[in-house]
Amino acid sequence: MQVTLRIQRFNPETDTKPHYQEYTVEVEPTDRVLDALNQVKWYQDGSLTYRRSCAHGICGSDAMRINGRNRLACKVLIKDLGPKITIEPLLGFKVIKDLVVDLEPFFAQYRTVMPYLINDEPPPTRERLQTPEERELIEDTSKCILCACCTSACPIFWTTEWLGPAAIVNGHRFLFDSRDRATEERLAVLNQRFGVWRCRTIFNCTEACPRGIQVTHAIEQVKRRILFEQS
Amino acid sequence: MYHRFDAVIVGAGGAGLMAAAQLAGKCNVAVITKLYPVRSHTGAAQGGIAAALANVEEDHWIWHMFDTVKGGDYLVDQDAAEVLAREAIDAIIELEHWGFPFNRLPDGRIDQRRFGGHTRNFGEAPVRRSCYAADRTGHMILQTLYQQSIKNQVVFFDEFMMLDLLLTDDGVCTGVVALDVETGEFHVFHAKAVLLATGGYGRVFKVTSNALSLTGDGVAIVFRRGLPLEDMEFYQFHPTGIYKLGILLSEACRGEGGILRNGLGERFMERYAPTLLDLAPRDVVSRSIYHEIREGRGVEGKDYVYLDLTHLPKEVIETKLADNTDFVRTYLGLDPVVDPIPIQPTAHYAMGGIPTDVDGRVTVDAQNTPVPGLYAAGECACVSVHGANRLGTNSLVDLVVFGRRAGKHMLQFVQENDLHPLPKEPDYRARAEVEWILENEGQEKVATIRAELQEAMMADASVFRTGDGLRRMQDKLVELRNRFTRITIDDRSRTFNTDLVEAIELGYLLDCAEAIVACALAREESRGAHYREDFPQRDDANWLKHTLVTRTSGGLELSYKPVIITRFQPKERTY
Ligand SMILES: Cc1cc2nc3c(=O)[nH]c(=O)nc-3n(C[C@H](O)[C@H](O)[C@H](O)COP(=O)(O)OP(=O)(O)OC[C@H]3O[C@@H](n4cnc5c(N)ncnc54)[C@H](O)[C@@H]3O)c2cc1C
Ligand code: SF4
Ligand code: SF4
Ligand code: FES
Repeated sequence: MQVTLRIQRFNPETDTKPHYQEYTVEVEPTDRVLDALNQVKWYQDGSLTYRRSCAHGICGSDAMRINGRNRLACKVLIKDLGPKITIEPLLGFKVIKDLVVDLEPFFAQYRTVMPYLINDEPPPTRERLQTPEERELIEDTSKCILCACCTSACPIFWTTEWLGPAAIVNGHRFLFDSRDRATEERLAVLNQRFGVWRCRTIFNCTEACPRGIQVTHAIEQVKRRILFEQS
Repeated sequence: MYHRFDAVIVGAGGAGLMAAAQLAGKCNVAVITKLYPVRSHTGAAQGGIAAALANVEEDHWIWHMFDTVKGGDYLVDQDAAEVLAREAIDAIIELEHWGFPFNRLPDGRIDQRRFGGHTRNFGEAPVRRSCYAADRTGHMILQTLYQQSIKNQVVFFDEFMMLDLLLTDDGVCTGVVALDVETGEFHVFHAKAVLLATGGYGRVFKVTSNALSLTGDGVAIVFRRGLPLEDMEFYQFHPTGIYKLGILLSEACRGEGGILRNGLGERFMERYAPTLLDLAPRDVVSRSIYHEIREGRGVEGKDYVYLDLTHLPKEVIETKLADNTDFVRTYLGLDPVVDPIPIQPTAHYAMGGIPTDVDGRVTVDAQNTPVPGLYAAGECACVSVHGANRLGTNSLVDLVVFGRRAGKHMLQFVQENDLHPLPKEPDYRARAEVEWILENEGQEKVATIRAELQEAMMADASVFRTGDGLRRMQDKLVELRNRFTRITIDDRSRTFNTDLVEAIELGYLLDCAEAIVACALAREESRGAHYREDFPQRDDANWLKHTLVTRTSGGLELSYKPVIITRFQPKERTY
């Protein structure tokens, strides 16, 4: 079938502001949007620029706005979109070129939650024990691939300075790990002015997450944990 | 721009980050990576990581070593396999201490499951040796190691693409040259030691489980610098790729009890591997699938068979194989709980690569003479623990065990050695390559040449090979190379030029393909993943040896080096 891609373009070397360009490509209904982008890049216009790597939704490279929603281009099929597809870069980040945005601020937010296990007790010679039930608490948030779909879908993130859902998800992943010992420091970060309380429970983030993580739920759990530890 | 470091690591997958963890804070180290670290393909690994923890049932490292040697059809260097099997246990515990969220047993210890070719008591029956985190073990390894890098404040150069390796005339490594993809600037990294951890090159084939970015960069660059590559003819096809797409369905599907069925509904592995059945090693299963297809027993007479999970508890499919289930639902619109899944073998893993010793030092000859300051680890390297065929879950072990050993050895090396001076104009080759591509005016398109390469490699150099097919492929490569000199790209800008990146990567793919085909044509026997229809038997008398291929001004030169055999004499390989 034929589809028309309407793609936001921007080349900093020649453009002062972004514009749209249309391409028509021949694809199968079961093809991914990424396949359609590749068709354009490989056979029509090599200057079209986007990130991609794994092509099956696990590396987080190709987060972009597809018909207004944040998706991974490799995880949406053409048949679910119809013949006219608008593709734009993620909102809230500086555009480097076409669909490529500067994610450094996103990773900087991520780093502030101390995304690593903290436990200074001397480790046993074998593994630390953790029951399946304890492990289950971090099952969902440990799936995060840092694609930025959630953070860039959050209206609060567009307007104010704040941690954003992805960083909180990763804070949650350690806060609820039975092996971690830095609860106080973590809560201090998450409880700060730019922390969890900015969230208005709008659920955009959960809807955007290609890994199906219950993002808003995780944020709520963190809030409850803060209130619990304070009381 | 010029940078000076003690150690430079190229690649931020499991191997690179594991090495970085050894060096961070102890010397001045940088990691250069063409992808953001968390985008590396280690994150795609699903099923598990092997170690004889014996948490679920009796197990011993020596059984693991034996399985690795036999799985590799005795082309494995046994000193390395022993290191792998012994140190796997330690490495898993270290990962756990760093926070890796393994699936657990009710008593809180790490759970383990079955995987192809891993057996109890030297081949008796499958054993539970694979540690895992659902079916996203690689994701958790990559995340855990990246988290450690943040903790250790490792310096990253993200989206920097290595273009060249710097060696002095007397063969000492002095650094690398990289392109900053975002700005188009060249950077020279002057270092005492360099580790290459750039991953595989599955993109030489049409149907593959490998990421679009897995183009063999490190392997090809080493080859261009006149250093040898080892065992390039051994390339693994994983039995269960999603039909046509090649996206991997983990061996864990069969480890959890999944069954392969042909068009008649038969469990055909009963005919080929009566003991291990569907959990026989990958080379055996992939060939069996093709046999069925050739005999007309593919589904509806087509070139695929079924992976059947429908008899498994829904709960297992939804939780322990959650990602696999998601792939099938997303890309095929089928539900593994009720539908059998169409699969075909998919190009998956490079057993061959840059030769190294057990400390990750790159070696150049049959005596294993090291190149001072140059290291390699992970899929781009060949230690060789996988021999002619890798066992499932053994690559992730390889990354952590040999990534760690390489890192430790590098630390010692940089403490004991001084910086060598750089050659004059260290970046001239890299600049010339980029300028050439940016300015070339021809009629050929990168994508067309790449597609033809992948198609032809699939037809003539994949699971079944013949002398005629391989010679045809050699001719095709000459043609493609010729056409490559006439490419034109559309994007002439400096900023984030992925058109340029893809052209450079195609050059690497052509190099890898050339090495694969030359080695495969020379090896007139069948062993592991290398199957010659015109020489269907293994031939230990003539071919129990590693291939080394070197590019010289007169063309490719082949030489051989002995296999290190310590504990297990080669035997016939049945399952
Ligand atoms: C789908 C799939 C499932 C798998 N499942 C398993 C499993 O269950 N168990 C198992 O043991 N193995 C598994 N494997 C194999 C295993 O995952 C890989 O072999 C392994 O992850 C490779 O790791 P690596 O560190 O060598 O390279 P990668 O993780 O591929 O990383 C390569 C790195 O090199 C960088 N790089 C490449 N070229 C350049 C360049 N020119 N300049 C700068 N940087 C560069 C990239 O940015 C990247 O960071 C699987 C493989 C696949 C494809
Ligand atoms: S639920 Fe919170 S984090 Fe998610 S989109 Fe809404 S405000 Fe943002
Ligand atoms: S929580 Fe989901 S959407 Fe957000 S970064 Fe992680 S994977 Fe992406
Ligand atoms: S390309 Fe990896 S998530 Fe889409």
